[in-house]
Amino acid sequence: MDGAIATDDTWTVAGHTFRSRLIVGTGRYKDLEETGAAIAASGAEIVTVAVRRVNLSDPKAPMLQDYVDPKKYTYLPNTAGCHTANEAVRTLRLAREAGGWNLVKLEVLGPPPLLYPDMQGTFEAAAALIKDGFDVMVYCADDPLAAKRLQDMGCVAIMPLGAPIGSGLGVQNPAMISMMMEHITVPFLVDAGVGTASDATIAMELGCTAVLVNSAIAHAKDPIRMAKAMKLAIEAGRLAHLAGRMPRRMGADPSSPLTGLIR
Amino acid sequence: MSGTITLTLNGQARAFDAPGGTLTVLGLLTLLELDARKVAVERNEEIVSRSRYGDTALASGDALEIVHFIGGG
Repeated sequence: MDGAIATDDTWTVAGHTFRSRLIVGTGRYKDLEETGAAIAASGAEIVTVAVRRVNLSDPKAPMLQDYVDPKKYTYLPNTAGCHTANEAVRTLRLAREAGGWNLVKLEVLGPPPLLYPDMQGTFEAAAALIKDGFDVMVYCADDPLAAKRLQDMGCVAIMPLGAPIGSGLGVQNPAMISMMMEHITVPFLVDAGVGTASDATIAMELGCTAVLVNSAIAHAKDPIRMAKAMKLAIEAGRLAHLAGRMPRRMGADPSSPLTGLIR
Repeated sequence: MSGTITLTLNGQARAFDAPGGTLTVLGLLTLLELDARKVAVERNEEIVSRSRYGDTALASGDALEIVHFIGGG
């Protein structure tokens, strides 16, 4: 063991196995070229995507697939903008047809400025999607009861927020994230709030399976460099979690021997 | 049989020439210059399977949603 993460340190969701523990969003970049370059630098294997109407007045406009190859990356379609179970199901059925993929990210959001997870709508949509055969990775509140209920319903990953979407406030709820995790056996990801690399490390040190990041990379001054930083931060946090941190103590404990001192 | 079919496309009414009165989903995508491999189509709130584009005939009054993947978090 040379200190590198063993190559068999993989994680599996709904039967699909991945090595990277960083999932990246594809939104909010300057252009599609930057999107593609940042995703490549992040080392991510899964990318989240939105489903929207084609602009029929400009059919030859470049498309995401031209810059982020669906054969190379696993597209994880989301339900951003959906506020009812019916909208979520219709959107993801279209995504399934466009990509031939059952693995999806469900998010039902409340109104701005918080875009906080609407858990009642989330439960309804999750039930409808699971009934329709989807493997649902679900964005949710940092609510241990809600998370357990979503897992019991059959959701394949639980993804609470660390702070509001796009806020960059970091993991504001580390204690609650840790407590939630104790009752969850499916993959557990922090899905919102990461603002910089150390935030992602903290989430991984807490024991998260993976972390989802979009704005922290897309809105960095240099998104490609930040994507690389996130990749390293995730690996650092994962290694620290596996290594097991030292206990905290209220006081000093000298690192150098107290014997053999000159007098 | 009329040579024109009126559809609601992504929320907007549009009329299309339909020689012989027939227009399939594939024919419509071709008219719109869209790459069938990069879009998904819903007709009257029901998914049209990609393998059926060529033999799914459209009728006046049909509502279609044509979507694709874009950047999102």
